[in-house]
Amino acid sequence: MAKKYLMKGNEAMAEAALRAHCRHFFGYPITPQTEVAAYMAKRMPKLGGTYLQAESEVAAINMVLGASAAGMRAMTSSSSPGISLKTEGISYIAASDLPALIVNVMRGGPGLGGIQPSQSDYWQATKAPGHGDAQVLVYAPSSVQEMVDLTIRAFETAERWRMPAMLLADGMLGQMMEPVSFPDEVPLPPEKPWALTGTKGARKPNIVNSLYLTPSQLEQIVKERFQRYEKVKAQEVLCERYKLDDAQFVLVAYGATARICKAAVDMAREKGIPVGLFRPITLWPFPEKELAALGGQVKSMLAVEMSMGQMVDDVRLAVNGRCPVYFYGRTGGIIPTPAEIEGQIVKMANRKEEA
Amino acid sequence: MAVLFQKTKGLTDRETHYCPGCTHGIIHRLVAESLEELGVLGETIGVCPVGCAVMAYDYFNCDMVEAPHGRAPAVATGLKRARPENVIFTYQGDGDLAAIGTAETVHAATRGENITVIFVNNAIYGMTGGQMAPTTLPGQVTQTTPYGRNTDYSGFPVKVCEILREVDGVAYAERVAVNSVPHIRKAKAAIKKAFQNQLEGKGFSLVEVLSTCPTNWGMTPVEALGWVENKMIPYYPLGVYVDRDVHHRKEEEA
Repeated sequence: MAKKYLMKGNEAMAEAALRAHCRHFFGYPITPQTEVAAYMAKRMPKLGGTYLQAESEVAAINMVLGASAAGMRAMTSSSSPGISLKTEGISYIAASDLPALIVNVMRGGPGLGGIQPSQSDYWQATKAPGHGDAQVLVYAPSSVQEMVDLTIRAFETAERWRMPAMLLADGMLGQMMEPVSFPDEVPLPPEKPWALTGTKGARKPNIVNSLYLTPSQLEQIVKERFQRYEKVKAQEVLCERYKLDDAQFVLVAYGATARICKAAVDMAREKGIPVGLFRPITLWPFPEKELAALGGQVKSMLAVEMSMGQMVDDVRLAVNGRCPVYFYGRTGGIIPTPAEIEGQIVKMANRKEEA
Repeated sequence: MAVLFQKTKGLTDRETHYCPGCTHGIIHRLVAESLEELGVLGETIGVCPVGCAVMAYDYFNCDMVEAPHGRAPAVATGLKRARPENVIFTYQGDGDLAAIGTAETVHAATRGENITVIFVNNAIYGMTGGQMAPTTLPGQVTQTTPYGRNTDYSGFPVKVCEILREVDGVAYAERVAVNSVPHIRKAKAAIKKAFQNQLEGKGFSLVEVLSTCPTNWGMTPVEALGWVENKMIPYYPLGVYVDRDVHHRKEEEA
């Protein structure tokens, strides 16, 4: 059996990145993810890698752009306000078809907001990670072990599809400790013939670029990228189903909130309410088909988030009227309790059928 | 018959988009010749700015990456940290380097990043059609200083070499011009040295090149060359501002 370590989410994620052969980390301190930088600063020099504290989030993401263009596995990590600063670079990375890992350990917003856990960057991550027509892969871990597993997966899928990936965690996952194990071996990154290595006089120059001044050419390139996104949607969706087999009511939640929802489901089931949990693990691509199918089988759904209601938009789009979709959320850094959510389940179960 | 001059292998055959009389073409040639003469074209990765040189990736015959506006030194930092054995340079205009990218420039310099920065100062935003740049001279008329740059209102020009003189990580900073043959010869020597420094691991090297923008200055190419001589050089004195071995100094401190 793999060796177990008791680790904080942020540190486990950092260790996972190292085991996934990431040797280039560019960061800037921000609560509640600073442990990632501290861990990298300690470990990278011993592994011959780069930990560099940038002058800003803007610089850090552009250092990632440079290292990624050079063909290296590169990452940065931040929290909500810092991610806003990175969105320029994320757009360029997406538009340059470069892989990279961006970690967002979400805190309450908007503005400087607070430093307690939140999920209020869902829209930003999935709808507008930067300007222009572009998407990033978005993984939402729900445990420290998933911080590890999805970090490794994110590097691999980002390289497979040549697009940025985001690990969308929250302050709760970043700060809590759980036992985790690491895979014995992570495959080495693939060859990258597009990488900037210097021509060595042996090939034509490689150009990494996002500028296309001819509208028809730009449209063509964006369309081709979106064709790739369709393949990503078909192949990369991940979700978890918890007690859904006989469920008439469904909670939809991701990340730390999903853990609390599981407890609420168990509590409600003790009262005889047939409720289950659907947990998107990838937020982009969103498990649309899975939720659509579920929407035709159940009485109603309740999206639970640590926000004013963001993912619920995607749930409603996916369900497309097949069943009512309600929302319950706390925000500002407040974590809902299992009892609070159980109360919402009871309320949902007692609602009159809506046409 | 002996060949006295031929086009450098460091440039592609692409026709450039630069305006008549613009000296970007000369600066491109000096960079490309330097890389070829040092035998490092195959090792070089260049970083393009946003600005008139945004499409330099089509002109330099080496691996190239296009950076967001002002971020070239950060992108170059990522490249150099990832591939220290490669030669990394940025090619940036005044808006890119001295306005939106000031933080990236100064901090790459403070870190002593072992990269070469070619800084083209033509005192105006060329690509967007002639707005005030951080380096626009006092009194200079631009689209956004239609009554001339009023320093009480719009502030003073940014003197990059003078600022970098106080930054410990800078190995080399020289200001040159390309408005005359003697100046071009000096500019070539400076640019080549800035790359040689990188090969020797000396640290952050920057060459500020005073350049022309006849189109947006509203001048003929010849008038523009004269304006560099008579207006720009008095405000931006040519010469070596820093020349030292940062890397070596770090070893002494250690």
